[in-house]
Amino acid sequence: MKYVLLFVETEEFEAELAALEGPDRQAAYAKVQQWFDDHREVITHHTKLLAGDTATTMRLDRDEPLVSDGPFVEGKEIVSGYAEIDVADLDEALRVARSWPACPVVEIRPAMD
Amino acid sequence: MTLPTHAELTRVVRDHAGRLAASLVPLVGDFSAAEDLVQDAVEAALTHWPVEGIPDRPDAWLYTVARRRGLDQLRRQHRYRDKLALLESPAEPRADDRLKLIFTCCHPALPRAAQVALTLRVVCGLTTAQLAKAFLVPEATIGQRITRAKRKIRAARIPYRIPSPDELGDRTAEVLAVVYLLFNEGYLSSDGARTTSRDLTDDAEFLAALLHRLMPTEPEPAGLLALIRLHRARATERFDDNDEIVQLQRQDRSRWDHDLIAESGRLLARAAAQRRPGPYQVQAAILACHAEAPRWEDTDWTQILVLYDMLLYLAPSPVTRLHRAVALGYVIGPVAALAEVDALAADLDGYHLYHATRAHLLRQLGDPAGARAADERALARTDNPAERSLLRHRIDWT
Repeated sequence: MKYVLLFVETEEFEAELAALEGPDRQAAYAKVQQWFDDHREVITHHTKLLAGDTATTMRLDRDEPLVSDGPFVEGKEIVSGYAEIDVADLDEALRVARSWPACPVVEIRPAMD
Repeated sequence: MTLPTHAELTRVVRDHAGRLAASLVPLVGDFSAAEDLVQDAVEAALTHWPVEGIPDRPDAWLYTVARRRGLDQLRRQHRYRDKLALLESPAEPRADDRLKLIFTCCHPALPRAAQVALTLRVVCGLTTAQLAKAFLVPEATIGQRITRAKRKIRAARIPYRIPSPDELGDRTAEVLAVVYLLFNEGYLSSDGARTTSRDLTDDAEFLAALLHRLMPTEPEPAGLLALIRLHRARATERFDDNDEIVQLQRQDRSRWDHDLIAESGRLLARAAAQRRPGPYQVQAAILACHAEAPRWEDTDWTQILVLYDMLLYLAPSPVTRLHRAVALGYVIGPVAALAEVDALAADLDGYHLYHATRAHLLRQLGDPAGARAADERALARTDNPAERSLLRHRIDWT
């Protein structure tokens, strides 16, 4: 069963990360790298997205496509990346997500077969 | 043949519905499909048994109905054909698998309201109509809640099993929270009046007893069971003949169920001997202090205060601090208690018992005007008729 873990950043988290000095920041990145290594066998693919202010949103539900600046929901929490995992059930997905060492919110969404 | 009473019917359905569900899930390989079959069987039982009597083997009766329905569905669904042979075999006594059922119903990925509804329906065999009546919500709402939860169980693949040891503690706490919420729902909505609606405290006690039996080495289910029984042992004295609240200090203690109190005390002692304290054991211990005091004046408030300190350490909450402040009032005095209570203003302004407790303390401190004002604020914050009546009485007479 495939699940997508959507990693969600908050403003606080972003600010904390930005405030980290060289070695601390290195350590934070190393933890994330370690997490991907630890779960290599269940992760089918993953991507880190660039910052939300680089996003562009297009709305297609009107006469003309409407292009606007920013992510599709304006809010304090934005998706910053995802990992697709292949595990037996939701409990295993939750176990993988529980050890995620970075941004403070993870949405676990089952993917269609 | 004698026809069953409402209580007998409820008990027999509850004893067997969960077992049936637990035995069907592995056979049909799908929680949701099994649940549908059980619900059909329960509906059939509730139609037939009141007029035909409860059969000698209710489990076999329910199984036969569920099996017939299951076979109908299997004929229509090719992919279940290999399951057919399994369903053909008669029901054999199986290990009690209801624990898996409970853990699935109370999975933390489901919203609390759905956990409660699903547990009652799947484990206790309540119908959607009974659930709607018990929770005073439209049947359609309950139906949607159940349907959505079952869809999520299937789509997100919420597993049907007992959680692994590293998760068991958290998951057990989740299950106990559901049962406790159910108990409170039943306890608070009940009043002195005899109602024909379902007594949810019965279902809560049934579930707590089941959890205790199926997890004998876990002390918290025993704690919750003791907690529920200690409340129920004294429940009939909570209201007088006019459905007015009788406060603890005025209750006729000779009419409490002292056998049940003693039994709960032993249950709690056995749990405590495991030396793994938890919030339910401690709350039950507090109740035991009240229940075991021969008279109100004999209440061991120092012990109760210690237990509240322990509870605050295990499960901090403003409401627990409020209760602790009451105990502090009896141990040290109303000035100290009021200081504690006032510190909770920001957290508990919307809670009627916060204001009622302040009123009680202000009255002790010789400030009847302040006390009345606080009781007025309490009155504005509760809809419960019995509580409102008590508050009005205090405002008018003290």
